[in-house]
Amino acid sequence: MSVPSMASVSVGDELAGREHTCDHVQLFLYNAVLFNAHRIHYDLPYATEVEGYPGLVIAGPQIGDWMVQCADNWIGDDGMVVGIEYSNRLASYLGETLTTGGTVTAVDTDARTVTLDMYVKNENGDVVTPGVVTVRLDG
Amino acid sequence: MGLLTEELLANIGKTEAPRTQVVTERDIRKYSIATNQTQRKYLDGQVAPPLFHVAFFWDVVELDELNADGVSVDKLLPKFPLEREMAGGLDIQHHDRIRAGDTLVATRTLTDIYEKEGRSGALIFYEVVMQVERDDGTPVLTQKTTRILR
Repeated sequence: MSVPSMASVSVGDELAGREHTCDHVQLFLYNAVLFNAHRIHYDLPYATEVEGYPGLVIAGPQIGDWMVQCADNWIGDDGMVVGIEYSNRLASYLGETLTTGGTVTAVDTDARTVTLDMYVKNENGDVVTPGVVTVRLDG
Repeated sequence: MGLLTEELLANIGKTEAPRTQVVTERDIRKYSIATNQTQRKYLDGQVAPPLFHVAFFWDVVELDELNADGVSVDKLLPKFPLEREMAGGLDIQHHDRIRAGDTLVATRTLTDIYEKEGRSGALIFYEVVMQVERDDGTPVLTQKTTRILR
């Protein structure tokens, strides 16, 4: 996909999505980087029997990061993410394939910003993490 | 309704002591690999991805400060009458990029506590704002976290 610029971007443009399937290794590394010891992310008997989840839970901010990456990869080196809003609405579990994507909803030529409605969906098509990302374009 | 006492609401405005930490290339590389970044500037550790600060300022506590579920107690928060945490949200404004070598200062403030009636009973909302700046005072980002308890 070509690099977006203020001249080329229009409301309704769709961003290329990406699939993320988190495995044990990535889930471990993510929580290790945070120093997050919450057992729902690595202790399957605890997650299922004590907290009642169907599996190991993917960390919410990890999913948020994938959503932001979709927008950030769209602009590449030609701009900067200046605003992020998201909420983790549904839990996601180890082994699920999540898909990111987004749409341009506003273009402000004076501020050189583009507003993007973003989502992360699970395999059922449910939006697990909706959000809005604002990017500022250099070009 | 009426879960929020005067004593509880008096915690609004409470601020934690600022935390100062130096960003290393290694910190950024670890975060970028763990989140499956594809841009070389992030994987090489020169520039941090937009949500790097979430991991970088995650609380580091000693083992005896962790609960049985592995979660640390957030000392900024009072003890709430509801304890089961539901989905929360983040709202972030970035003023500048974080780079390897930056000395960052983060300050967290409990900015609001309020109550709403949900479909299955009372809900407590609280908001924490984290300001991150460089040690020379340059603003880097502002993050508001909203959490819901039921």
